[in-house]
Formats: sequence, C-alpha cells, structure tokens
Amino acid sequence: MLWIPCPTCGRRPVEEYAFGGELRGVSERITDATERDVDYVWMYDNAAGVTVERWFHRAGCRRWLTLRRDTVTDVVVA
Amino acid sequence: MSDFVERRITLEWQAPRRSYDVAIIGGGGHGLATAYYLADRHGIKNVVVIEAGYIGSGNSGRNTTIIRANYGIPEAVRFYQRSLDLYGDLEEELNCAFMYETKGLMWLAHTQPAMRAEQARSLLNAACGTETVMITPQQAKELCPQLDLSGGGRYPVLGASYHPGAATARHDRVVWAYAQGAMRRGVHVVQHTKVTGLLRDGARVTGVETSAGPISAGTVLSAVGGRVSTIAAHAGVRLPIRTHPLQAFVTNGYDFPFPGIVGDTELLCYLSQTERGQMLIGAEYDAQPSYSQRSSFSFLQSCAAKAIHLFPFLRDLRILRQWTGICDISSDSSPIMGESGVEGFLVTTGWGTWGFKAIPAGGEQMAELIATGRPPALIAPFSLDRFARDDTMADPGSTGTH
Repeated sequence: MLWIPCPTCGRRPVEEYAFGGELRGVSERITDATERDVDYVWMYDNAAGVTVERWFHRAGCRRWLTLRRDTVTDVVVA
Repeated sequence: MSDFVERRITLEWQAPRRSYDVAIIGGGGHGLATAYYLADRHGIKNVVVIEAGYIGSGNSGRNTTIIRANYGIPEAVRFYQRSLDLYGDLEEELNCAFMYETKGLMWLAHTQPAMRAEQARSLLNAACGTETVMITPQQAKELCPQLDLSGGGRYPVLGASYHPGAATARHDRVVWAYAQGAMRRGVHVVQHTKVTGLLRDGARVTGVETSAGPISAGTVLSAVGGRVSTIAAHAGVRLPIRTHPLQAFVTNGYDFPFPGIVGDTELLCYLSQTERGQMLIGAEYDAQPSYSQRSSFSFLQSCAAKAIHLFPFLRDLRILRQWTGICDISSDSSPIMGESGVEGFLVTTGWGTWGFKAIPAGGEQMAELIATGRPPALIAPFSLDRFARDDTMADPGSTGTH
C-alpha cells in the first residue's frame, strides 16, 4: 500500500489523495513550436523508475504537494 | 463447435537465429496473433517473438476475458466487431478449444445522463453493424434474476444497454493457441529473454538488443504491454501513454448459474461467472500510474461494496484471489496501432483495459500492415500521428473502467 507524506498532515494513505500527474518539461531536442505543443499536451515520460509528481491532499489539508515516487516499487523516495 | 475435438497444445521451442524478417517484442496475445497472421495469411514465416517472461504472463493472462464490440465511436465499433467475428471462428481455425462462449452483456444505467449515453451507444452500434439494444429494468431482471433493481436502495436501475454478442473465453488458451499456430508455421518464439535496447542504423531501427545477444530484423514491432514507454524510448519515440494498475478478483464457487456479463457504466464495476463457477469481478484502474503489480485492500473494499449493491447474493461468497495487471492507458482511451515515426519500428500499444477482445483483429491488421507496408483502413484511424493531427479517437466511456 502506498503511503504519502504530507507536509501538513503527516503520513497518510494514498486513498486520501488525488493524483495530479507527472511533473515534466518538453525536451530541449524538440525545437518546432507545434511539436512542442503536441508533446506538452499528449505525451508522457511514463518512466519505469523514479518520477516527480504532483498530488493533491483531497481528504486532508487540501493542498498540493510535489514528491518523488518509484513507479516500479511504488515507494515514495522523497 | 458441435463435433469439435480438443487436441493437446504442443509448443515447439526453437533457439533464436541472429537475423529475422520481423522481430516482435512481447509474447502476449497481440504479438503472437500478429506472428500467426504474418505466417498464415502473408507467408512471412521468418519471424521471431521475444518474450521477457513466459508467453501470456502479462495482461493476456490477467484480464477478465470479456469480448465485446459495444464501443462509442464508429471506427472502434467496426474494429472490435471484426475482432468478435474472428473470435467466433477462431477455435476451428486454430484447431484448439478455448471455451469461447457467447453470453451477452448488460450495461446498467442509474441516471438519465447515463441512459442517454447508452441510448446513443445503441443507435451508433446498430448503424455500424453491431447489435446493442436498450432494455427496461424488467427485461434486465429477466435476463439476470440475481440483479437487485433497487441497487441496494441506493442505485436504482433505470435501464440498460444490452449487447447480445458479448462473450468470454479462456484467455491463456487463446495465447497458447496462437503460439501453437505460429510455431507450426515456422515462427520462432523465445521466452525468458529481455529486450534491453534497439539496434539503430542512423535513424532506422534494424533489430533488437536482447539479454541473449543482438537480433537483427527488417521490421521491429513492439507488442509490449506495460513497459512500452521504455521500449519506445530506445527508438526516441515518446508515447501518449500512462501505465496504470488494473485489479480484479474472483470469489469462491457460486452454486447457481449466473447468466451473462453485467457491467455498470456509473459505478464502474463489472462481473461474470467463470467456467468453474467463481464470480469474477473487476472495476476501474488505479488513479496513479505504477509498474508494481501489487494489489490493494482498498480496491477490494470499494469494488466489493459496489458489486454487493447490485448483487446482494455476493455477500455470502468469499474472496479467493486478487491480482493486478499493468495497463497502458492512452490519452484518448483508444489503442495505438501502426507506424511510430521511426523507420523499421512499429507499435501496437495503448491496449489499456481493452486489449484481450482485440487480439484477433489487432493481430490480423498489424500483420497486413507489416506485409503490405500500408495501414489497412480498419486501423488507419488509430495511428500514433493522430495526436499531432489533433484527430484523436476519444472513447473513454466505452472502456468500462474509465
């Protein structure tokens, strides 16, 4: 089970949170403006490993937080 | 299926060569079906299927075995109907029984907006040649006497869409049947071999790097479920995919026949009875992406609560097993089939929670694409470049798990 540390409320189970998506930028290698837009809107890193994500503590302090999670082991890294 | 005699499945494993015409990554239903149709329909037999685990160890062996075509956009209805048609004759074609059984599927609605959505679905399905009709709560009760029309007093059933052509089949036997068919036609299937990279010649993909050494190929197809973003990244391709866990569970045996498949588009849970008599129950995928195949207690709680509202008899059953598959959910909830934008590298992915039913049509159409070099009309709308063209195939309401 995934436990997420909230800066305000402490360690709480994942069911209290809403997932806000991976935090990602568009690669510098994509130079065309339209291609950058397509990448930003549709594409994901979807990394098997550590990702940086946004979460919303829906059933708690109702604040957003950023954390690093390993998507293979489902453990919050930091 | 009247005078059908089941034969033993015999799989003849071969050591891989160093070079093939086509290399397929992923020995699940889609990969093996593509290999089978390449060999059978197009005479392309110099093909290898490379599987990291054992064949069918991914989502082909973890799904809830439902086969249906009641989708919400014309392109999808035609594609899945083709799959349903192929499935109907597949046991004879592959000479292998996999308990294909037409059961009919009911999708319940509890609110007027859901009723309108199901009415729209029925009309669209009829227009595209798939039978889906609206039924009243009383008809639903006649089809499935166990259904509580009051929804436990909380989710009253206003009506349902009914898709009589829906079926179930034993999923691992489908995988083995395709593997046997492909192997008999000269295809090599290699298990327990990980693809660790792609061989490149300039921009072109010319083969795969595996844990058993490099294998060169004229065409490389990724039929991977789960780790597709990692494989595509080797080719420099980014995909509109997030990989989410999808859980399901079965109960112990229910002593009475449970007719058909029942789904709920609002509560997002669905159930059917397995051949052993167990009740097989699934629900929506987990909110956050993950590659961990761990199950959770909170899923059991929420899914069981929904199912018991509709079917009070489930209270007396016990949960036997629970498991998880990791599903590639595309941004528009439709599959992605075809060119990847990199020469020599094709993808069939984004099979999310709707891949098992699509195995025959997906394999047949991808084989035609590889053999002819042109995307067949049935899958042309599902190409990866639809996102750049702003021509997406949004159909989240038809996945049953959105």
